[in-house]
Amino acid sequence: MTLALFLQHIANALSLGSLYALIAIGYTMVYGILRLINFAHGDVFMLGAYVAFYGTALLALPWWASLILAILCTSLFGIGLEKVAYRPLRDSPKISIMISAIGASYLIENLAVLLFGGRPKGVVVPELLGRVVAFGSVSIVVVSLVIPVFTFILLAILLWIVHKTKTGMAMRAVSTDVEAARLMAVDVNGIVSFTFGIGSLLAAFGGILWSFKYPQLNPLMGVLPGLKCFIAAVIGGIGSIGGAVLGGFLLGIIEILTVALLPTLSGYRDAFAFVLLIVVLLVKPTGLLGKRQAEKV
Amino acid sequence: MKLTKNYRYSIVALVAFAIFLVLANSFFDAFTLRVFNLCAIYVILALSLNLLNGFTGLFSLGHSGFMAVGAYVCALLTMPPELKEMNYFLVPIVPFLKNLTLPFIPALLLGGLAAAFVGFLIGAPVLRLKDDYLAIATLGFSEIIRVLITNAQTITNGAQGLKGLPRFATTYAVWITAGLVTLFMALLMRSSYGRAMKAVRDDELAAEAMGVNVFKVKVTSFTVSSFIAGVGGALLGHMITTIDPKMFTFLLTFNILLIVVLGGTGSISGSVIAAIGVTILMEALRFLDEPMNLIFFRTEGLPGLRMVVFSLMLMIVVIFRQRGLMGGKEFSWDMLRDAGAALARLGRKIRPRKGGRNV
Amino acid sequence: MSEIMLSTQGIVMKFGGLTAVSDLNIEIGKNEIVGLIGPNGAGKTTAFNVITGMYSPTSGAVRYKTKDITGCKPHSITELGIARTFQNIRLFKELSVLENVLIGCHIGIGTGIFGATLHLPAYRKREAEARTFAMELLSQVGLDGVAREKATSLPYGKQRRLEIVRALATRPTMLLLDEPAAGMNPQESRELMDLIHRLRDEFDLTIFLIEHHMQVVMGVCDHMYVLDYGVTIAHGDPASIQKNQKVIEAYLGVE
Repeated sequence: MTLALFLQHIANALSLGSLYALIAIGYTMVYGILRLINFAHGDVFMLGAYVAFYGTALLALPWWASLILAILCTSLFGIGLEKVAYRPLRDSPKISIMISAIGASYLIENLAVLLFGGRPKGVVVPELLGRVVAFGSVSIVVVSLVIPVFTFILLAILLWIVHKTKTGMAMRAVSTDVEAARLMAVDVNGIVSFTFGIGSLLAAFGGILWSFKYPQLNPLMGVLPGLKCFIAAVIGGIGSIGGAVLGGFLLGIIEILTVALLPTLSGYRDAFAFVLLIVVLLVKPTGLLGKRQAEKV
Repeated sequence: MKLTKNYRYSIVALVAFAIFLVLANSFFDAFTLRVFNLCAIYVILALSLNLLNGFTGLFSLGHSGFMAVGAYVCALLTMPPELKEMNYFLVPIVPFLKNLTLPFIPALLLGGLAAAFVGFLIGAPVLRLKDDYLAIATLGFSEIIRVLITNAQTITNGAQGLKGLPRFATTYAVWITAGLVTLFMALLMRSSYGRAMKAVRDDELAAEAMGVNVFKVKVTSFTVSSFIAGVGGALLGHMITTIDPKMFTFLLTFNILLIVVLGGTGSISGSVIAAIGVTILMEALRFLDEPMNLIFFRTEGLPGLRMVVFSLMLMIVVIFRQRGLMGGKEFSWDMLRDAGAALARLGRKIRPRKGGRNV
Repeated sequence: MSEIMLSTQGIVMKFGGLTAVSDLNIEIGKNEIVGLIGPNGAGKTTAFNVITGMYSPTSGAVRYKTKDITGCKPHSITELGIARTFQNIRLFKELSVLENVLIGCHIGIGTGIFGATLHLPAYRKREAEARTFAMELLSQVGLDGVAREKATSLPYGKQRRLEIVRALATRPTMLLLDEPAAGMNPQESRELMDLIHRLRDEFDLTIFLIEHHMQVVMGVCDHMYVLDYGVTIAHGDPASIQKNQKVIEAYLGVE
């Protein structure tokens, strides 16, 4: 393999990793606060991409306006999802809320098939992002460069919110101990909504950027990335934002490089993530950066 | 043994059902018969999942994987060599499997045993995990199994699948199996072992403290459940006569989970009723996905509507009536009597007796 | 000197940076009733959890008679003859009163899944024996009338009694009670004290109990250990403990 090809793969891996990271953060934040695996998160990612698409296609908005519209709609949707499907089950056994999450996921996917049609839709990539830039013998699409940059900016903002604001402190309190936080007059419901809003916002960004890089939409496009990103979050340490980012990048890099270096195994590509997941769960369930949680007897 | 009234009702119902079975087999058209038999298979599958989820409290999402193992092992053992040669046109089948052909019942049992074995292998490491981690790990294993099947061209014929399987899953075969599985579940749940499983579900730590070997109970439950799922998968394959990896996705597990939740986790009769009900409903609602020709306008098919309806049903049940249809209890004739009495009271309230007095 | 039923040597239990129990050394002789007291959070339940195998101690050993049971699985320890109740009642919510007790009999029934499911004669016999035994135990505490009720439908006091009966069903030689008198009024506490004495005499038990109710503790215990922040600050009979300065300070705080 030439250096040029290798660098191309690296660029690819970084942008895929960024996308995975953006989605994984949503999973990890929700799990940190509610101990819930939000199965429907991947579908929120899909919704973001579709709303942006319809913003441009139906409403003839410029792409940046569609982006903002999509972000807003998706965040609100995420908040609504929590209120309808998860909040009523807060005090129920964990299994019930998981079933609700799975049901919500299928509901959203099939509603999407119903409303948007099952056939893939082509996305019009904004001219600026679709341009190919050459560095010597390495040619990279602009969007591949923009994605990691964007991700880091978003990440920086998120980390600032979590560590430097009162809301962020409340978030960290709730994810450590819900009861204690409630006793300290933290508006737990509000914080949960806020968390879902941010997670969905990031997923929407991920969905839109994804659709610029792989410009084909279909209602089930969130399924596999959703699952993989959850795995990434677990590998990095569920409940830890840093872990989600780390896991996302790791997964993206492993995926691209394995297929590049061992093309005969590409059929098994999807299985890798699962194998990795199971290994992590068995060997170090708290993931690379996670913390232990003990149960009181 | 004194035959109480309830016992007599049950025996009458059983005989009536047996007669119905014979009549159905003779008079139903092919399509209806197929849906009818599919009900039996879903009864088997729902019970196997309920054993895990509802009775032992293990939230496993890997069911389709075990069904796949059972289906493939059984298929490979029942297909005669000529059929195998026809199917494996891309890459020939591994030699030792080519000439291996067994009659149906041994093949079915071996399919179940293979699934049980896989369940045992997976269960041992995975059952130490908590709720949601267990769910994801089992889901992961099920996907891994599917990927392995898709890629093991020389053994499973990969993505092409296996076609033309002998139609061994007759009406009697599936319904007798369903009956046996139901009987097994009923006996198990009445026994001390079933009680131990329920204790593990209710409070693992307390069960362990009372001397129950919780890990052993979990692994046993997982293995038995996998066996039954494997049998169910094999029957499904031999009814539809084709199997391929795309059949055994998470959607299949979801459908079974749907049935178990609707019928009520922890209720055998709930699973049976829900399995039959949902299977029929799934077919009946298929029209939602097809183009509809209503009097005043035509609608194009609304694909996805059917699953929207079912997903909604699932969520409504889980949010508002978490215990499902049966509420964790088993069906009894007394239930019918109480329901009848309640309806009668309601009727009297709505329509007061002559003389204007409400009784 | 009576036979030593349970002893610990230098038990230390750390959770990350927190030392819940440090250097616990206890000895409980046959048919004694021994207490474990101390302010909340002193590490008492943790000690129970180590003894019954729920936690593996960071260091130290637990001995049952002469057998080293450190870190054994809880169900094996129960099979050996040590049973327990819990601070927060842990009944099997979906099971009936009788079924809860029958779980305690599970070790006794002992058949595997096939023997049980097929209702083989050996299984049927043992199951019938277990049921008789369970009903006898329930009648001893006046709960036989509610045998078919769901366990959680009982009032609090009866639930506590049920938990004790369930533990008795495992045919233990040693019983560990975690705050059995919690939430009881004086009348109920007196009944509990009688019950504890009866248990020791009729079932030939050795009893180790955690309790906050001083009346109960001083009334039934032969001797007791006092924990504070995981450290054993005193050990002796009720009279000497009541006068012990360190104990008084631990409970009431230093002036």
